[in-house]
Amino acid sequence: MPQSDQTSLWHTLVSAGNLQDRFVSGASATVRLGELLEGTSLRECAGELCGRSVIIAPADQLTAALTLVELDGVARRLILCPPDLPAEHFSFVIETVPADAIVSDHPITGNYPSVGPRVICSPQIAAAVPDRRLRFQTEWILLTSGTTGAPKMVSHTLASLTGAIGYSGAAQNPLVWSTFYDIRRYGGLQIFLRAMLTGASLVVSNAAEPAADFLRRAGRHGVTHISGTPSHWRRALLTPAARSLDPQYVRLSGEIVDQSILDGLHAYYPNAKVAHAFASTEAGVAFDVRDGLAGFPASLIEHGSGDVEMKVEDGSLRIRSTRTASRYLGPAAAALAGADGFIDTGDMVELRGDRYYFVGRRDGVINVGGLKVHPEEVEAVINRHADVRMCLVRARRNPVLGAVVVAEVVPSEARSAAKAWKAELEAEIRSLCLETLPRHKVPASIRFVAALDVAPTGKIRRQP
Amino acid sequence: MSIRSEVIAQFQKVAKEQDKCLAPLTDDLSFLDSGLDSLCFAIIVTRLEDSLGLDPFTSAEDNGFPVTLGEFIKFYENAAK
Repeated sequence: MPQSDQTSLWHTLVSAGNLQDRFVSGASATVRLGELLEGTSLRECAGELCGRSVIIAPADQLTAALTLVELDGVARRLILCPPDLPAEHFSFVIETVPADAIVSDHPITGNYPSVGPRVICSPQIAAAVPDRRLRFQTEWILLTSGTTGAPKMVSHTLASLTGAIGYSGAAQNPLVWSTFYDIRRYGGLQIFLRAMLTGASLVVSNAAEPAADFLRRAGRHGVTHISGTPSHWRRALLTPAARSLDPQYVRLSGEIVDQSILDGLHAYYPNAKVAHAFASTEAGVAFDVRDGLAGFPASLIEHGSGDVEMKVEDGSLRIRSTRTASRYLGPAAAALAGADGFIDTGDMVELRGDRYYFVGRRDGVINVGGLKVHPEEVEAVINRHADVRMCLVRARRNPVLGAVVVAEVVPSEARSAAKAWKAELEAEIRSLCLETLPRHKVPASIRFVAALDVAPTGKIRRQP
Repeated sequence: MSIRSEVIAQFQKVAKEQDKCLAPLTDDLSFLDSGLDSLCFAIIVTRLEDSLGLDPFTSAEDNGFPVTLGEFIKFYENAAK
């Protein structure tokens, strides 16, 4: 439902109804949304935050979720701070926005001259008569995961964040959403807002909680809808705890979704609809694809999707819609969109038949003797092998061609228990690549590893 | 396995994988006549780095790329010293 400017998260959440049955579950506690009718997670300090520019910095996601519900429409600005933000970036963000209040579940002691109130929040709801009258159209500031250096700060409103969330009326059996993402990042925030605005409950993860425990907790709470990146899912399916879930709907986003992960999830959860979505912090949610196939229909470019217009220029996908962020913050902030209002996603696409396929990031291209290779297109081929769980393709410096393509592969447990498996599997992967890819894209070296590093964003870590 | 035998094994393996007709491997074989292209050499260097743990091209002073098989083997043997 596109939010009018005249509402807040709290008011929409209340009007979605059924507060006594709905909950947010975290690793340490579960809070019924009804508790917030006569209570607060902010120890009666919410009043001090009215009209302020508040940095939301709890370690725990559940607590962060509660403060967002309480402060949208009350604070002038909410800055969503991911839990793994380094200390020097934390001060940078406070100074740049600037923030004049901090909310956290632990004392934050740094010297921040612009900051007034420092409020402690907690999942233990204290009795209170909260005043959540709508005073502001709160600006939401999200931080994007820059690969190096300071994070970029991106400005949204509740309306731009929720433009993709359709409301289909109260469901007969209430939905329970969950996500592997942190809700302070765009992908997770979408799921949090979706759950809050559409009358659902939510199970959030916790960075300190082992993945298997999270999956079992999600199973106990009867999660019906769950989202994550392909890397999140590839790792989840390695643990037997993934069997504790029986979802109706599985959503993928954040990384290129290839056919092997779609098929793998479909086989693992035969009762679930498996969909994938394209979104970015800057460009917002562009579309989702529900036909079970990788890529997206070329007709989307021609006709758009709802109020989203798309085009392909210089090989990359460009998006214009009401769901895009309005600006970057900061002294040397670049323009977010081009003169025509389209945002360049930097995601390169290729037309094959009547579908577009994502092939990789513009800035991730490997140059093999003057020929371009997107690591992701090679990964998609390797992932087709039934005995490959995950893989990572990257460049290795080479004295002959400048760089070559090399691959690290996580094999299936069954295969790696077999005798003399390495040479055989390596040869099979190589032939698969040689059959489908030009020679320069075939990995010069294939190494087997026990695991691959996944960043807190849920994306595979590409920097060594 | 000696460096020489590992280098020769990789030449043969890569030529087969890349469907190239490899000339007889003698020490004075010039790379231009070997039947391999630059991508094959790039792959061989990568594989030798994996199997021998040697990357003589970054460690060596600017001696240029060896042009015969014998020089190439010597290049790796020197790097191992």
